[in-house]
Amino acid sequence: MSVRHTLLGALVFAGLAACVPLLPLWLISLITIAMSSGLVVSGLIILWRAGLVPFGQALFFATGAYTVALAGLWLKISDAVVLVILAIVAAALVAAFAGLLLARYREIFFAMLSLALSMILYGLLVKSEALGSTDGINVAQATFFGMKPRGAAYTIAVFWLSLVLVFLAWLSVTAYLGSVAGQMAGAIRDNEIRVEYLGISVTRLIHLKLTIAAALAGAGGALAALSISHVDPQMAYWTTSGGFVFVTILAGAVSVPAAFIGALIFEVIRSIAVAVLPGGWQMILGTVLLVTILFVPNGLGSLIMRKRIAGQGGSK
Amino acid sequence: MITAIAIVTDGLVYAAWLFVVAIGLSLIFGVMKILNVAHGAFYAFGAYISATAIGLYFDRGWPAAGGYVAIGASAIATGLIMGYVLERVFLRRVYGKDEVVVVLVTYALFLILEDVLILIWGAEGKAAYQPYSEAGSIDIGGLAVSLYDIGLVIFAALLAIAAIFAIKKTTFGRLLTAVIYDRETASAFGVDVSRVYTLTFLLGAVLGALGGAITAPKISVSPGLGVEVIVLAFAVVAIGGMGSIEGALLGALIVGLFRACAVHLAPNLELFAIYAVMALVLVFRPHGLFSPALARKI
Amino acid sequence: MSALLSVRDLQKTFGQVVAARDINVDVPVGQTVGIIGANGAGKTTFVNMITGHLKPSGGAIIFEGGAITGLPSRKIMRLGVARSFQVAQLFPTYTVFENLCAAIAIAHSGTSVFSAAVARFVSDRTKGEAETALAHFQIAPYRDALASTLPQGMRKLLDIAMATAGNPRLLLLDEPTSGISLEEKFDLMEVIMAALKARGTTVLFVEHDMEIVRRFADRVLAFYDGTVIADGPPTVALDDPRVAEFITGTLIRAKDGTLKAPTVSHA
Repeated sequence: MSVRHTLLGALVFAGLAACVPLLPLWLISLITIAMSSGLVVSGLIILWRAGLVPFGQALFFATGAYTVALAGLWLKISDAVVLVILAIVAAALVAAFAGLLLARYREIFFAMLSLALSMILYGLLVKSEALGSTDGINVAQATFFGMKPRGAAYTIAVFWLSLVLVFLAWLSVTAYLGSVAGQMAGAIRDNEIRVEYLGISVTRLIHLKLTIAAALAGAGGALAALSISHVDPQMAYWTTSGGFVFVTILAGAVSVPAAFIGALIFEVIRSIAVAVLPGGWQMILGTVLLVTILFVPNGLGSLIMRKRIAGQGGSK
Repeated sequence: MITAIAIVTDGLVYAAWLFVVAIGLSLIFGVMKILNVAHGAFYAFGAYISATAIGLYFDRGWPAAGGYVAIGASAIATGLIMGYVLERVFLRRVYGKDEVVVVLVTYALFLILEDVLILIWGAEGKAAYQPYSEAGSIDIGGLAVSLYDIGLVIFAALLAIAAIFAIKKTTFGRLLTAVIYDRETASAFGVDVSRVYTLTFLLGAVLGALGGAITAPKISVSPGLGVEVIVLAFAVVAIGGMGSIEGALLGALIVGLFRACAVHLAPNLELFAIYAVMALVLVFRPHGLFSPALARKI
Repeated sequence: MSALLSVRDLQKTFGQVVAARDINVDVPVGQTVGIIGANGAGKTTFVNMITGHLKPSGGAIIFEGGAITGLPSRKIMRLGVARSFQVAQLFPTYTVFENLCAAIAIAHSGTSVFSAAVARFVSDRTKGEAETALAHFQIAPYRDALASTLPQGMRKLLDIAMATAGNPRLLLLDEPTSGISLEEKFDLMEVIMAALKARGTTVLFVEHDMEIVRRFADRVLAFYDGTVIADGPPTVALDDPRVAEFITGTLIRAKDGTLKAPTVSHA
């Protein structure tokens, strides 16, 4: 990314940060939550481009969220920046471990195994009293460089934190997508054998993608925990993962900003749907998803449709 | 001793239930290469419709034996209708597309059907315990075991035998095998793949609904029960090997017994145990126990 | 002359089936070796073992003095051995230029995925080398075409051009002219061999067409029943009676009508 783009981006974010007095508090909260799922989705884009769709990304989201809650509860850490970094590290570590198994699989198996792994965490969270069981844990309000904003000021502080995180995510994901490893995503989708014979390990490339995506999901979870001041097992549940996949599909994997705009639209629609049509949320979600896949196959299908040349073999 | 007996009986009963649920999923995956997330919806609808049918039946005070027929009939009807509509209206449009796209379609259908369920039956639980309580129980080593549960185990065993026999010996079974191994060649040899797909999907749907229907008398049927089923059934099928009936059977037994051990010895680890055993199997057999490791071709 | 590649007592069995046995070959730097044999004679098994696609059941493969026996293919590639495929292995959703850039960028970025994650994909050096490869392999007219739309000959050329991205010292070509019409075969081989000669690459190529072998190979390895039955300059090896009997089919069966197991002849 050019310096000009970066500066332009920084300006946009500074502008957004300055908008605070113009926005009602509920909208600021809503944007913060949308940015937290946008962070997860920006990680999903990395995987999506390689043809991988994890149905259990909530595993890393919840890992990030619970890390913040537990670091506050057990270690008495209250600084927001430290908490977010801890969450990112924790989620990346979980992915580095889970990736030993996950990176060997593709397509449906990849999707379902990631779902199963997220259900393990869900099962642990629900059953474990120490982790708050089904009720979850309240997250103490964080401090920001020694300052302790409370009430509306806290909401705004977390919002600013979300803008900083999104800005950093935008820079790093765009940089990664432009790197050799990032550009190999389509190549992996197209022809893994060729990638191996160019001298690089596909499994390790995917493992790395998983870890980066998980780190972003961890950041998203941390932000959600700080914003809602509460974590519960629902954060690891499959519907949470489904929501992330949903936004990824609607936004398409075209660019990182699309992830955040998509996440924002998603949050707005959800807020409206919950108010207007309580109990019909899944139906709306499913219908939109179905219509997108069946009738807008080009924003979506063309991105993950494989036109892999069937490798066929030698005489032995 | 009592614990050991309890683990074995619980494990077998759970395995029987898992097998009935998983075999439909495995069948559809093996033949159509579709991971049908909507299987959870077949299960949930099967449970609700069977609970409703049982309620209607027993309200009239008719003899208990007929209640079991009501379970079976309602499940078959549910599976046939839902399977037919889903296959004809939606899946037909996405055959041949990327596997993940097809999974997302079934996922979307599942989301919609979950809410439809609540629209029809409301959010409250529904009980249909009569067939379970009417069955009575027998004493095994000091442990009262429900005859309904024993019936389930026998039913699952018969289903397994019938399925293995059908795959190996009947014409339809051989057609299925042909399509499982090589769709293009089967098609080139004149197998009507489209018809095989429809029949397979209907069969899978009926089995899914049946899984729900036989469970209805044992639980309070409430929203959200389809969700865990799909993940559990996937775990079973992944352990056993996608598309293998023997695999589904073995996977169900492994998961069933593991879960029963966890429930009786370390209740907090119930869900963890199930997926941990799956992860363990996959570390050593990446494509499940009954699936040969596929060599990469150049 | 020191050998670039030395193969010692190479064996490969699949269960009861012996796919390769007692293969002993030394290839000096700069040689162009044609590999011939009927289908199932073990040619591709041989290539697959050298490039790490198959693990040998026995024996040793030494490249530039170091054993590469049983290493994963990506490590063997990094050591300087590349290969092409019977069916061209391309990235169909990338353009020809992007295919080349991908190959070259990976070659530059080093073995570790971490270095690949920080190396820029688009650099002037990568682009320059890609343009050079386009020119050398004469695929420049297709520069911006999607790989999936290429005609067969261009696919083969791109496949080989990608294989040369890491400047390999040894290149194995698995049937470079398969699926190409008779008229075009020679032209295609001319292009390939000229490009490779310019790079000084040592080449092993599997080929069914004896005319191509005669024209382009300095040396012929004739495979039969999993082993090398003749090894020498084309004129000698192709006229070997066993080669004529079992491979080229130019010799009529011996008068007594019996077939004896052939023995290795070093010309």
